[in-house]
Amino acid sequence: MATPPIRNTAAGPQAGSQSGFVYLPLIAGWLIPGAGHFLLRKWYRGALLAASIIGMFALGLAMQGKLYASAHDILDLLGLVGDLGNGLLYIIGRAGGLGADSVQVTVADWGTRFIVVAGMLNVIAAIDAHNLRTGRKAL
Amino acid sequence: MINPSHFTAVVLFALFVSIVFGITMRDTPRRMVRYGLYCFAMFCGSAIVLSWVMFLIAR
Repeated sequence: MATPPIRNTAAGPQAGSQSGFVYLPLIAGWLIPGAGHFLLRKWYRGALLAASIIGMFALGLAMQGKLYASAHDILDLLGLVGDLGNGLLYIIGRAGGLGADSVQVTVADWGTRFIVVAGMLNVIAAIDAHNLRTGRKAL
Repeated sequence: MINPSHFTAVVLFALFVSIVFGITMRDTPRRMVRYGLYCFAMFCGSAIVLSWVMFLIAR
């Protein structure tokens, strides 16, 4: 039995009256950190999310963190999935040859975790934008 | 390449994650700030406590 979508009544009429592609904030937020919130005119939230996620990704690269390119075992696969959460940041990083090929110092291991966590936070932020768009969360 | 201390890395990690958690997990700005501060304190506090525990175990 299909579960009806839960709608937050606190969202008000503004959430339901928006037209257009409902998944646009989700996709935009995944590709560019904070873009989903910018599309919904949540400027401060979007700016804080973008600064946090891009800052974390950049710090990870500055610590010589590794960008996962292939999955040889299950841990590599999980790392790759986490990295892919960064959207265009990951693609630009890979295209630009950024990040270390292998982790050789402790700081680089932290950097690798920073990059993976930035990707997962970006997915959370994109889903939050989607929830705002659909009215599940109050605007 | 930057080379932060372990504690600096923890504080930076806690800062960024707390901001995202605060914004995404709560509805109103006031509750967002409170939850973000709570997460930040928990991240940093647990790191300090666990560090002391490991230090005392290692002695």
